[in-house]
Amino acid sequence: MVPESHYVALSAVLFVIGVVGVLIRRNPLVIFMSIELMLNAANLALVAFGQRHGTAQGQALVFFVMCVAAAEVAVGLAIIVSIFRMRRRLSVDELSLMRW
Amino acid sequence: MLPLISFRAIAPGMALAATACLLLLLDLLPTRGRKDHLAVVGLAGVVLSMILSLGLWGSDERAFNGMVRLDGFALFFNLVIGFATGLVLLLSIDYLRRQGMESGEFYILVLFSAVGMTLMAGAGDLIVIFLGLEVMSLSLYVLAGWFEGRLEAGEASMKYFLLGAFASGFFLYGIALIFGATGSTNLDRIAVAVAGGAARDPLLIIGFGLLVAGFGFKISSVPFHMWTADVYQGAPTSVTALIATGSKAAAFAALLRVLLSALRTVQPDWAVLFWGLAVLSMTAGNVVALAQQNIKRMLAYSSIAHAGYILVGVVAGGALGGGGVLFYLLVYTFTTAGAFGVILLLERDGREAVAVSDLAGLATRHPVLALTFSVFLLSLVGIPPTAGFVGKFYLFGAAVRTGYVWLAVIGVVNSAIAAYYYLRLIVFMYMREPEGSPTVLVPSLPAGLALAVALWGVVQLGVLPAPFLDLAQAAVIPLLR
Amino acid sequence: MGSVIAFWILAALVVGSAVGLVVRRNPIHGALFLVVNLGGVAALYLMMHAEFLAAAQVIVYAGAIAVLFVFAIMVLIPGKEETGPDPLRAQRWLAVPLGGFLALEIALVLRSTVFTTSRSPATVPGGVEAVGRLLFTDYLFPFEVTSFLLLAALIGVMALTKRKAS
Repeated sequence: MVPESHYVALSAVLFVIGVVGVLIRRNPLVIFMSIELMLNAANLALVAFGQRHGTAQGQALVFFVMCVAAAEVAVGLAIIVSIFRMRRRLSVDELSLMRW
Repeated sequence: MLPLISFRAIAPGMALAATACLLLLLDLLPTRGRKDHLAVVGLAGVVLSMILSLGLWGSDERAFNGMVRLDGFALFFNLVIGFATGLVLLLSIDYLRRQGMESGEFYILVLFSAVGMTLMAGAGDLIVIFLGLEVMSLSLYVLAGWFEGRLEAGEASMKYFLLGAFASGFFLYGIALIFGATGSTNLDRIAVAVAGGAARDPLLIIGFGLLVAGFGFKISSVPFHMWTADVYQGAPTSVTALIATGSKAAAFAALLRVLLSALRTVQPDWAVLFWGLAVLSMTAGNVVALAQQNIKRMLAYSSIAHAGYILVGVVAGGALGGGGVLFYLLVYTFTTAGAFGVILLLERDGREAVAVSDLAGLATRHPVLALTFSVFLLSLVGIPPTAGFVGKFYLFGAAVRTGYVWLAVIGVVNSAIAAYYYLRLIVFMYMREPEGSPTVLVPSLPAGLALAVALWGVVQLGVLPAPFLDLAQAAVIPLLR
Repeated sequence: MGSVIAFWILAALVVGSAVGLVVRRNPIHGALFLVVNLGGVAALYLMMHAEFLAAAQVIVYAGAIAVLFVFAIMVLIPGKEETGPDPLRAQRWLAVPLGGFLALEIALVLRSTVFTTSRSPATVPGGVEAVGRLLFTDYLFPFEVTSFLLLAALIGVMALTKRKAS
C-alpha cells in the first residue's frame, strides 16, 4: 500500500506548479487553468488527509470544492470571453495585473 | 443523524436570500425598462434582515452541527453588511439609469453577495467561510465589470476575478493543511486541537499562513493589494462602495472569528504576523495615495491604509481590540459609502467626475454637498468630532493598552500623512476655481437619502459613540469564551 | 507492490502534465494537459478508495470544466500565442524565488511531519454511502449553500451574456 503521505507530497508539488504557472504565464486562460491545478492539488490533499484521520470528511469537502470550481469556471470564462470581445488580444500584462 | 436544523440561526441571511429569489421572479414582470421597484423590494429585504438581526440580539447558539453560529458577533456584522448593502442599493438606482446600465440582475447580484457576506460573518466552519466567500466574490466579479463596453471595467472584472480565484486557491490549500493538522475544519474542534499541541505542527502553521494570504486579498492588505486600485477605479462607483465596505467587513469578520475563537491560545504568534501586515498596509497605502489624481484610486489606496489601521485592532486582540475592529468597520462603512456616494453624483461634460481637479469650486455651487463630502473626508482623516476619530482612538488605544505602543505610534504618524491627501480634496472644493466647464451635481432622491443616512452614521458615531462601542465590545465576548 | 508502481506512474503522469500545462505556449495544448492531469488525479482517488470522487472528477472536471476551457480557447484565440516582448519580464523572475520558497517550505513540512506519521489508508470508509451520509447530515448546511452558490453563478453568467445581446 502507498502511505497517504505520498499523496500529500504529490499534492504539494502540484500546488507549487500551479502557483508558478499563475505567476509566469500571461494568457488569462492559462492562468485560470493553473488556478484549477491549485484547487485540484488541494482536493488531493483533502482526500489524503481524510485517509490519515480515518474519516470520509475529506471527501465530502472535495465535493464542495468541485462545486465551487464549476461555478468559478462558468463565471470566469464568461468574464474572459466578454472582455475578449472588446479587444482582440488576450494578454494579462496589458491589463497590468500586478501593478501597484 | 440529522443535524439540528435551526432556521432561527440563519434567519437574517435567509431573509436576504429569499428577497433575492423574489427579485428573480419580479424581474420577469413586464415593466417597460424601469427597475426601481426591484431596488425598493431589495431594500425592504435588507431592512427586514436587519430587524431580524436586532430581534435575535443576545442569542448565542450553534446550529447545523456547528456549521453556523448565531451570536452577537454575527449579528453585529449582519447590521454592518445590512447598512452597506442598503446604502449601495439606494446609491445605484439613479446612477445605473444615468449610465444606461440598469438591469434587474444588478440588484439581485448585490443581494447575492450580501448573502455570502452574512454567511462569512456567521460561519462556524472553514468550509462555510469558503463557500460564503465564493458566493460573495462570484457576484462581485460580475458586478465589477458591469459597465460593459468600457475597457477599464472589463479589466477590473477580469483582474478581480483572476487574482480572487488565485487567492481562493491559497485559501483552500490552507484549509486542506489545517484539516490535515487537526482532523477537522470546525473552528471549535480546531481550537481544541490547537490547545492540545497542534500549534507547533508545521502543517498548521503553513496552512494558517496560506489562509491569511486568502484573507489578505479580500481585506486588501499589502502585499495582497495588487488588484485594489484598478478594481476600485474600473468598477461602477456604487459597486466600488460595496467592495470597500461590505466585502471588507465580511472578510474581517471571518478572519477575526478564526483568530479569536480557533487560535486564541497562540495569540502572540499570529500577532507578530499581523503587526507586519498592519505596518506595511498603513504605510504603503498612505504613501501611494499621496500621488493619486483620480479620487477613486485615491480612495482605493486609502482603503488599503484603513485595512492597516483595522489590523492594528486585530493585533491587539481581546475584547478591546476586537471591539475596536467591529466599531471601526461600522464607522468605515458609513464614511466610505458616503464618500463614494458623493463622487457618484458628480458629472462633468457628461462623464463621471472622478479627477481631483473636477472638485474645484464645488463649494460655491453646491455648498451642502461640499460640506457633506468634507465631513466624510474629515472622518477618514480621523478629526473630532467625526466617527473616524472615535474609531481610530479606540483602535490605537487598544494597541497601547496591550503593549503595542510602537504600532500605535506608527498608526498615528500614518494618519498625519494621510491628512494631506484628504485635506487636499477639501482645499480644491473650497479654495480653487474651476477651469473649463463646471462639475455639476446630478440630483437623485434615493442617493440623497443614502447620503443622509451615511452622514447621520458618521455624526452619531462621532458624537455619541458609547452605546455602539458597548455593543461592539459585547459582540466580541462570545468569541472569547 | 503493484499499487506502489501504479502510484509512481500516476504521479509522474500528473506532475508531467502539470508542468506541460505551465510551460507550453499554446493554450490548447495546456487544456489537453489539464485533461490528462485531471484524469490522473481521478485515478489517484480510485487508489485511495474514493470511488465517488473519482467518478465526480471525471464527470465534473474532465467532462465539463475541461471542455469549457477547450471551448473558450477555440472560440477566442485564433492560434494566438504569447508573442512580443513581455513588459513585466523582470517581475516574472520573482516567480522563481517565490515558487522555490513555497516548494522548500512545503518540503520541510512534509519531511518533518507527514513521512513520520504515515498510516496505511485501508481503514477509511470511502464508499459513496459514507460520503452521501456525511453530505446530508454533518454537511447539510454547506450542501444547501452550494445550491445557492450555483444559482449565483448562473445569474452572474446570464447577466454577463444578456447585456451582450442588447
